[in-house]
Amino acid sequence: MKKTVWSMCGMCSVRCPIKVEVEDGRVTWIEGNPHILKGSLCAKGSAGVALQKDPERPQQPLIRSGGRGAGKWEPVSWYTALDYVAERVEKIKEKYGSKAIVMSCRGGPWQDLIKAFCHALGSPNFTNHDSACGRNVHHASKSVYGLGRKGFIYDIAKAKHLVCFGRNLLASLRVAEANQVMDMLDNGGSLTYVDVRQTLTGIKATRFFQVRPGTDYALALGMINEVIKQEAYDKEFVEKYTVGFDHMAAFVEPYTADWAAKECGIKVKKLKDFVSEIGQQRPKVIFHPGWMLSRYRDSFYASRCLHILNVLMGNIETEGGQLFPKGPGDCGIKGLRTFSSNVPKPEDKRADGVGWKYKHFDKGPGLFHLYYEAMMTGEPYPIKGLICYRHDPFNCFPDVATQKEALDNCELLVSIDTHYSEFGWYCDVILPESMYLERETPVATQKGLKPRFIYRDRAAEPRYNTKPSWEILKMLADRLGFGEMFPFQTAEDMWKWQLEPTGYSIEDFQDKGFVSLSDTPIMYDRENLEGKFKTASGKIEFVNESWENLGIPSFKPYESPKKPPKGRFRLVFGRSPVHAHSHTINNPFLHELMPENTLWINKRVATRLGINEGDWVDVIGDSQMGTIRAHVTEFIHPEAVYTVHGFGRQVPLQSRAYHAGMSDQKLQEGLLLMMDEAGGGLCLCEKFVTVRRSSRNPRRRVEL
Amino acid sequence: MNKYMLYLNSKRCIGCHGCEIHCKANKDLPVGPILCEISHEPLKSVKGVPKTEFFFRSCYHCEDPYCVPICPTGAMKKREDGIVYIDEDACIGCMACAGACPWNIPQVNPATGKAVKCDYCMDRVDQGLRPACVTKCTTRALKFVTLQVVES
Ligand code: SF4
Ligand code: SF4
Ligand code: SF4
Ligand code: SF4
Repeated sequence: MKKTVWSMCGMCSVRCPIKVEVEDGRVTWIEGNPHILKGSLCAKGSAGVALQKDPERPQQPLIRSGGRGAGKWEPVSWYTALDYVAERVEKIKEKYGSKAIVMSCRGGPWQDLIKAFCHALGSPNFTNHDSACGRNVHHASKSVYGLGRKGFIYDIAKAKHLVCFGRNLLASLRVAEANQVMDMLDNGGSLTYVDVRQTLTGIKATRFFQVRPGTDYALALGMINEVIKQEAYDKEFVEKYTVGFDHMAAFVEPYTADWAAKECGIKVKKLKDFVSEIGQQRPKVIFHPGWMLSRYRDSFYASRCLHILNVLMGNIETEGGQLFPKGPGDCGIKGLRTFSSNVPKPEDKRADGVGWKYKHFDKGPGLFHLYYEAMMTGEPYPIKGLICYRHDPFNCFPDVATQKEALDNCELLVSIDTHYSEFGWYCDVILPESMYLERETPVATQKGLKPRFIYRDRAAEPRYNTKPSWEILKMLADRLGFGEMFPFQTAEDMWKWQLEPTGYSIEDFQDKGFVSLSDTPIMYDRENLEGKFKTASGKIEFVNESWENLGIPSFKPYESPKKPPKGRFRLVFGRSPVHAHSHTINNPFLHELMPENTLWINKRVATRLGINEGDWVDVIGDSQMGTIRAHVTEFIHPEAVYTVHGFGRQVPLQSRAYHAGMSDQKLQEGLLLMMDEAGGGLCLCEKFVTVRRSSRNPRRRVEL
Repeated sequence: MNKYMLYLNSKRCIGCHGCEIHCKANKDLPVGPILCEISHEPLKSVKGVPKTEFFFRSCYHCEDPYCVPICPTGAMKKREDGIVYIDEDACIGCMACAGACPWNIPQVNPATGKAVKCDYCMDRVDQGLRPACVTKCTTRALKFVTLQVVES
């Protein structure tokens, strides 16, 4: 029997809407939802079938039977596993209170379920991976607009110019966005790309600035200076909607284009030409404010300046610019019932200090890495349990050895995941979630010009003894005595409960896999944006007084990044379009395309070190080392070496990924608590590594 | 006369290798055979921007294919519309076709022990659908073109 199932891709966190065809219970075809993506999918999206067939994933609940990380597991039933977790949770609650338990996830449209569970448990300590990802961008956005990073969508297809500072959006692929970029280029738009190396995005650029690593903030300051000098900004918009322009203008005064060009190692004429060009093209100019910007000590400020450049372009709520995402409310429809609305919010203060010690940070998910501090010091109170849902801190966060030390103070570590995460391998219990084709997820809202409700249905029955997260959490909630806060037994019940206020039912999703809440794009009146900016002044704040009062300056004096000492390099990392960080490395299809990572190194430097293309090189942190092959190229800055993140995995049951390639985060020793105090993000590119030709000789090998 | 052609708009192609996996997933292939391939030249600086172009290659469905006559069992066939394909039941996996093909296009499918190559997803084409690689190309850079005879 053949059927079509609507779902959402789960191979990366973009979650593209998909259409799945199933024959006799077997998934035979996956394509991008034709109504949204016209069929398009990336390589990972199609490789979902390989994941489904792959036995190298947890097949039933596992309880650790040896020491942590020893890899000895006892396969158990769901009842045993959940009873075990519930019992341990109760013990921690008794001894230290509910707040001693942290729950973390990977963000995204379904994190509300995890948050609600955490709160129902009585703990305020809900968190996610974002302090090793986009927190700097998020907080920079909050400080300028009072809105988070999702406060705008980018109308790239209709823009005349897209400017990306290291935002490698054709490799860190979002299918819809990649199409927008290509449409823009097809329509004659310009793409300016800034990075320390050339990338898949950069090769499509019309202008490329290869900058010295760590100088993004300098370039952004120089751009602001030059925009003001050339009067290339939208004066009316600035006048009407912003505060702090004069202060900003005075601050950037010394940071001229000439200065910035010198600091970044680029040509000043190119920079000035760029500014005259955008001056002509505004407001259809978009500065991408960055995505994964947990990189340098001043990434928060770099991102803040990119947000400001957007404002100077006057690109808000105008075609080809930044648009406010519209939600159900804008369509006169009530939103979905949220899980957390059904649960009282715990009153304890958060153990990561967010909200009381760090008052300017967004309380939502707080800052994950700060829980390690609490685990180590017992301050402000002890943290004794960590449950990670689809989040692998050993792959997101730096310095795994230090993380393990902190975790050794915990009495319960649980991983809920579809694959063996490295963290999961160190846990006490693994609760295997069904992979995305084998599970339902709650209905989600996708805001946009035409907002929609969308969901993921189960395409195939689980191949192994796994369960969807909603069911795992529900069963756990029942055991912990708060099951009634999640009043549903089946996925259908859950959808019904969520959809109840909206007036829709899940049957309305059958045609297209989603419900569109508006037939036409909704735009606000650009002349009347009062109330849309959620800052204290209600305006866009070049200078944010409330943050200044908390000791967070709106601009900080630029400090030139340290030059690596001789023989050492700044380790930078990024993405390939065929892998989504660590969790696809073991996928049979994707492993076939890219089985390991390489080390990009500048040609001149490599020649000096006697390193040729394809040679094995040792990459050495302080105590950790990785050995991979070198990719020698002139298109990377001589101070940096680059590798694709996610490799160097150490889970023996993942036979393809096991020890394949090198892990950047294991080399990032000493960076776990190096936080940008203004933005909350980690500084993951602040590590110098030594590179040397390995004693492994690729050409010689004695066999007998 | 060949009726079809796969055309890559290399300006739109982003080198994501999606097509290779779309193809494999559709044909349910194991690790090993990859029926279409994206490749590129080393980067070269053009007006200050390091650039390269992507190429797509699958079977060329030659007008006069070398692989067809060499096949001892007649498993390699060319259709009216030009599609060159392998009749799996007749294929004995001798791989003479691969030897005869100037580009070594036919590959062994380790799951069946038989030869496999691009057949323009003819089962899909016959249902009025486009090939897998084209249908799902990430940026819609690949096109399945139906050729027309232009009277002069
Ligand atoms: S970008 Fe690719 S992997 Fe990510 S959700 Fe979309 S199709 Fe899936
Ligand atoms: S396999 Fe080779 S010879 Fe045969 S049609 Fe294809 S390209 Fe031509
Ligand atoms: S046409 Fe079909 S068989 Fe040929 S390369 Fe494309 S997907 Fe593969
Ligand atoms: S899927 Fe499309 S964009 Fe990606 S490599 Fe293939 S042809 Fe190029």
